[in-house]
Amino acid sequence: MKMTEIISLLDARLLCGAVEDDYEFDSAFASDMMSDVLAYGQGQALLLTGLLNQQVIRTAEMLDMRCIVFVRGKVPADEVLSLAAEKGITALTTRHGMFTCGGLLYQAGIRGV
Amino acid sequence: MTLQYHYTVPGDDFVHAGEASGHLKGVLRQLGYPGDTIRRVAISMYEGEINMVIHANGGEIDAEIDDRGVTVTLRDQGPGIPDVEKAMQEGWSTASDEIRSQGFGAGMGLPNMKKYTDRMQIDTVLGVGTAITLRIDLH
Repeated sequence: MKMTEIISLLDARLLCGAVEDDYEFDSAFASDMMSDVLAYGQGQALLLTGLLNQQVIRTAEMLDMRCIVFVRGKVPADEVLSLAAEKGITALTTRHGMFTCGGLLYQAGIRGV
Repeated sequence: MTLQYHYTVPGDDFVHAGEASGHLKGVLRQLGYPGDTIRRVAISMYEGEINMVIHANGGEIDAEIDDRGVTVTLRDQGPGIPDVEKAMQEGWSTASDEIRSQGFGAGMGLPNMKKYTDRMQIDTVLGVGTAITLRIDLH
Protein backbone atom coordinates (compact mmCIF):
# COMPACT_ATOMS: atom_id res chain seq x y z
CA MET A 1 0.00 0.00 0.00
CA LYS A 2 1.34 3.41 -0.93
CA MET A 3 1.43 6.35 1.49
CA THR A 4 -1.27 8.27 -0.39
CA GLU A 5 -3.56 5.26 0.05
CA ILE A 6 -2.82 5.17 3.80
CA ILE A 7 -3.66 8.87 4.06
CA SER A 8 -6.92 8.35 2.20
CA LEU A 9 -7.88 5.16 4.08
CA LEU A 10 -7.30 6.70 7.52
CA ASP A 11 -8.61 10.11 6.52
CA ALA A 12 -5.26 11.38 7.75
CA ARG A 13 -3.59 14.76 7.57
CA LEU A 14 0.09 15.31 6.79
CA LEU A 15 1.99 16.90 9.71
CA CYS A 16 5.53 16.82 8.33
CA GLY A 17 7.74 15.09 5.82
CA ALA A 18 7.18 14.03 2.27
CA VAL A 19 4.45 11.86 0.80
CA GLU A 20 6.49 9.61 -1.44
CA ASP A 21 4.80 6.75 -3.19
CA ASP A 22 7.97 4.90 -4.08
CA TYR A 23 7.59 2.59 -1.08
CA GLU A 24 5.05 -0.18 -0.66
CA PHE A 25 3.87 -0.65 2.95
CA ASP A 26 2.81 -4.21 3.76
CA SER A 27 2.92 -4.26 7.56
CA ALA A 28 2.48 -2.01 10.59
CA PHE A 29 2.99 -1.94 14.35
CA ALA A 30 0.62 -0.23 16.79
CA SER A 31 1.56 0.66 20.37
CA ASP A 32 1.90 3.47 22.88
CA MET A 33 4.75 1.55 24.51
CA MET A 34 8.03 2.30 22.76
CA SER A 35 9.69 -0.54 24.71
CA ASP A 36 7.39 -2.94 22.84
CA VAL A 37 7.94 -1.24 19.50
CA LEU A 38 11.69 -1.72 19.97
CA ALA A 39 11.21 -5.33 21.02
CA TYR A 40 8.73 -6.45 18.36
CA GLY A 41 8.48 -3.77 15.69
CA GLN A 42 11.52 -4.55 13.58
CA GLY A 43 10.68 -4.86 9.89
CA GLN A 44 7.60 -2.66 10.11
CA ALA A 45 7.79 0.64 8.27
CA LEU A 46 4.55 2.08 9.64
CA LEU A 47 3.94 2.95 13.30
CA LEU A 48 0.57 3.80 14.84
CA THR A 49 0.77 5.47 18.25
CA GLY A 50 -0.93 7.85 20.63
CA LEU A 51 2.33 8.80 22.35
CA LEU A 52 3.61 12.24 21.40
CA ASN A 53 7.16 12.69 22.72
CA GLN A 54 10.59 12.81 21.05
CA GLN A 55 11.25 9.17 21.86
CA VAL A 56 8.54 8.10 19.40
CA ILE A 57 10.66 9.67 16.65
CA ARG A 58 13.90 8.20 18.04
CA THR A 59 12.31 4.75 18.24
CA ALA A 60 11.09 4.99 14.65
CA GLU A 61 14.55 6.20 13.63
CA MET A 62 16.33 3.21 15.21
CA LEU A 63 13.95 0.79 13.46
CA ASP A 64 14.18 2.56 10.08
CA MET A 65 10.44 3.23 10.09
CA ARG A 66 9.23 5.55 7.36
CA CYS A 67 5.90 6.83 8.64
CA ILE A 68 4.24 7.51 12.00
CA VAL A 69 0.47 7.91 12.31
CA PHE A 70 -0.63 9.72 15.46
CA VAL A 71 -4.05 8.35 16.35
CA ARG A 72 -7.05 9.78 18.24
CA GLY A 73 -6.56 13.15 16.55
CA LYS A 74 -3.33 13.80 18.40
CA VAL A 75 -0.70 16.24 17.16
CA PRO A 76 2.80 16.36 18.70
CA ALA A 77 4.59 19.59 19.60
CA ASP A 78 6.50 21.46 16.88
CA GLU A 79 9.89 20.35 18.22
CA VAL A 80 8.84 16.71 17.97
CA LEU A 81 7.72 17.20 14.38
CA SER A 82 10.97 19.04 13.61
CA LEU A 83 12.90 16.01 14.83
CA ALA A 84 10.79 13.75 12.59
CA ALA A 85 11.47 16.01 9.60
CA GLU A 86 15.19 16.03 10.41
CA LYS A 87 15.20 12.21 10.46
CA GLY A 88 13.26 11.95 7.20
CA ILE A 89 10.21 10.41 8.84
CA THR A 90 6.74 11.34 7.59
CA ALA A 91 4.21 12.12 10.33
CA LEU A 92 0.42 11.92 9.90
CA THR A 93 -2.52 12.44 12.23
CA THR A 94 -5.94 10.83 12.07
CA ARG A 95 -9.12 11.31 14.08
CA HIS A 96 -9.55 7.52 14.24
CA GLY A 97 -8.52 5.53 17.29
CA MET A 98 -5.78 2.94 17.20
CA PHE A 99 -8.20 -0.01 17.01
CA THR A 100 -10.12 1.48 14.11
CA CYS A 101 -6.90 2.34 12.27
CA GLY A 102 -5.68 -1.23 12.72
CA GLY A 103 -8.97 -2.59 11.40
CA LEU A 104 -9.03 -0.35 8.36
CA LEU A 105 -5.43 -1.15 7.48
CA TYR A 106 -5.88 -4.89 8.05
CA GLN A 107 -8.95 -4.95 5.85
CA ALA A 108 -6.88 -3.32 3.12
CA GLY A 109 -4.18 -5.99 3.34
CA ILE A 110 -1.68 -4.57 5.85
CA ARG A 111 -0.49 -7.17 8.37
CA GLY A 112 1.09 -7.06 11.82
CA VAL A 113 3.83 -9.09 13.44
CA MET B 1 40.86 0.04 10.70
CA THR B 2 39.30 0.97 14.01
CA LEU B 3 37.10 4.00 14.60
CA GLN B 4 36.30 5.18 18.11
CA TYR B 5 33.53 7.45 19.31
CA HIS B 6 32.76 8.78 22.77
CA TYR B 7 29.43 10.12 23.96
CA THR B 8 28.32 11.74 27.21
CA VAL B 9 24.68 11.05 28.00
CA PRO B 10 23.11 13.68 30.27
CA GLY B 11 20.90 12.41 33.08
CA ASP B 12 17.22 13.29 33.42
CA ASP B 13 17.16 14.55 29.84
CA PHE B 14 14.47 12.54 28.18
CA VAL B 15 14.25 14.95 25.26
CA HIS B 16 17.80 14.36 24.01
CA ALA B 17 18.07 10.67 24.96
CA GLY B 18 18.86 8.75 21.83
CA GLU B 19 21.12 11.34 20.20
CA ALA B 20 24.25 9.23 20.70
CA SER B 21 22.62 6.15 19.18
CA GLY B 22 21.29 8.22 16.30
CA HIS B 23 24.78 9.60 15.66
CA LEU B 24 26.46 6.19 15.60
CA LYS B 25 23.71 4.88 13.34
CA GLY B 26 24.53 7.68 10.88
CA VAL B 27 28.25 6.84 11.02
CA LEU B 28 27.58 3.15 10.28
CA ARG B 29 25.32 4.10 7.39
CA GLN B 30 28.06 6.32 5.93
CA LEU B 31 30.51 3.44 6.28
CA GLY B 32 28.17 1.28 4.23
CA TYR B 33 27.31 -1.24 6.95
CA PRO B 34 24.37 -3.56 6.11
CA GLY B 35 20.96 -2.27 7.23
CA ASP B 36 20.28 -5.24 9.50
CA THR B 37 23.58 -4.81 11.37
CA ILE B 38 23.00 -1.07 11.73
CA ARG B 39 19.55 -1.68 13.20
CA ARG B 40 20.89 -4.22 15.70
CA VAL B 41 23.54 -1.73 16.87
CA ALA B 42 21.08 1.18 16.96
CA ILE B 43 18.33 -0.64 18.85
CA SER B 44 20.59 -2.21 21.49
CA MET B 45 22.60 0.98 22.07
CA TYR B 46 19.41 3.07 22.24
CA GLU B 47 17.92 0.74 24.86
CA GLY B 48 21.11 1.16 26.89
CA GLU B 49 21.09 4.92 26.43
CA ILE B 50 17.47 5.16 27.57
CA ASN B 51 18.26 2.96 30.59
CA MET B 52 21.08 5.32 31.54
CA VAL B 53 18.75 8.31 31.47
CA ILE B 54 15.94 6.55 33.31
CA HIS B 55 17.87 4.70 36.00
CA ALA B 56 21.37 6.15 36.36
CA ASN B 57 21.30 9.93 35.81
CA GLY B 58 23.17 9.54 32.54
CA GLY B 59 26.61 8.14 31.81
CA GLU B 60 29.31 7.63 29.19
CA ILE B 61 29.26 5.54 26.02
CA ASP B 62 32.27 4.35 24.04
CA ALA B 63 31.77 2.83 20.62
CA GLU B 64 34.44 1.06 18.62
CA ILE B 65 33.94 0.10 15.01
CA ASP B 66 36.37 -2.42 13.57
CA ASP B 67 36.48 -4.55 10.43
CA ARG B 68 34.41 -7.32 11.98
CA GLY B 69 31.75 -5.45 13.92
CA VAL B 70 30.89 -2.92 16.60
CA THR B 71 31.55 -2.87 20.34
CA VAL B 72 29.52 -0.48 22.48
CA THR B 73 30.38 0.04 26.15
CA LEU B 74 27.91 1.92 28.36
CA ARG B 75 29.14 3.04 31.79
CA ASP B 76 27.12 4.75 34.46
CA GLN B 77 27.46 5.70 38.10
CA GLY B 78 23.90 4.77 38.95
CA PRO B 79 22.53 2.57 41.72
CA GLY B 80 23.59 -0.72 40.10
CA ILE B 81 21.31 -3.65 39.24
CA PRO B 82 20.38 -5.60 42.41
CA ASP B 83 19.36 -8.80 40.61
CA VAL B 84 20.71 -9.17 37.08
CA GLU B 85 18.88 -12.46 36.53
CA LYS B 86 15.54 -10.79 37.29
CA ALA B 87 16.42 -7.74 35.21
CA MET B 88 17.02 -10.04 32.25
CA GLN B 89 13.46 -11.39 32.47
CA GLU B 90 11.00 -9.87 30.01
CA GLY B 91 8.49 -7.66 31.80
CA TRP B 92 10.52 -7.07 34.96
CA SER B 93 11.14 -3.37 35.56
CA THR B 94 11.75 -0.90 38.37
CA ALA B 95 10.78 2.12 36.24
CA SER B 96 8.37 4.67 37.70
CA ASP B 97 4.85 5.33 36.46
CA GLU B 98 6.14 8.59 35.01
CA ILE B 99 8.63 6.71 32.84
CA ARG B 100 5.91 4.28 31.77
CA SER B 101 3.75 7.23 30.72
CA GLN B 102 6.66 8.23 28.45
CA GLY B 103 6.46 4.87 26.67
CA PHE B 104 9.25 3.01 28.46
CA GLY B 105 9.70 0.74 31.46
CA ALA B 106 7.99 -2.34 30.04
CA GLY B 107 10.87 -4.48 31.23
CA MET B 108 12.07 -5.18 27.71
CA GLY B 109 15.30 -3.15 27.69
CA LEU B 110 17.95 -5.62 28.82
CA PRO B 111 16.32 -8.68 27.18
CA ASN B 112 16.08 -6.67 23.97
CA MET B 113 19.76 -5.68 24.17
CA LYS B 114 20.68 -9.35 24.51
CA LYS B 115 18.35 -10.32 21.65
CA TYR B 116 19.94 -7.91 19.18
CA THR B 117 23.60 -8.47 20.08
CA ASP B 118 26.02 -11.35 19.57
CA ARG B 119 27.57 -10.91 23.02
CA MET B 120 26.54 -8.88 26.04
CA GLN B 121 28.33 -8.51 29.34
CA ILE B 122 26.94 -6.79 32.43
CA ASP B 123 29.24 -5.70 35.25
CA THR B 124 27.32 -4.06 38.05
CA VAL B 125 28.13 -3.04 41.62
CA LEU B 126 25.40 -1.79 43.94
CA GLY B 127 25.88 1.88 44.79
CA VAL B 128 28.79 2.22 42.37
CA GLY B 129 27.40 1.75 38.88
CA THR B 130 26.96 -0.49 35.89
CA ALA B 131 29.01 -1.20 32.78
CA ILE B 132 27.40 -3.03 29.88
CA THR B 133 29.40 -4.16 26.86
CA LEU B 134 27.58 -5.00 23.66
CA ARG B 135 29.17 -6.71 20.67
CA ILE B 136 27.49 -6.86 17.31
CA ASP B 137 29.39 -8.87 14.69
CA LEU B 138 29.27 -8.06 11.02
CA HIS B 139 27.66 -11.19 9.58
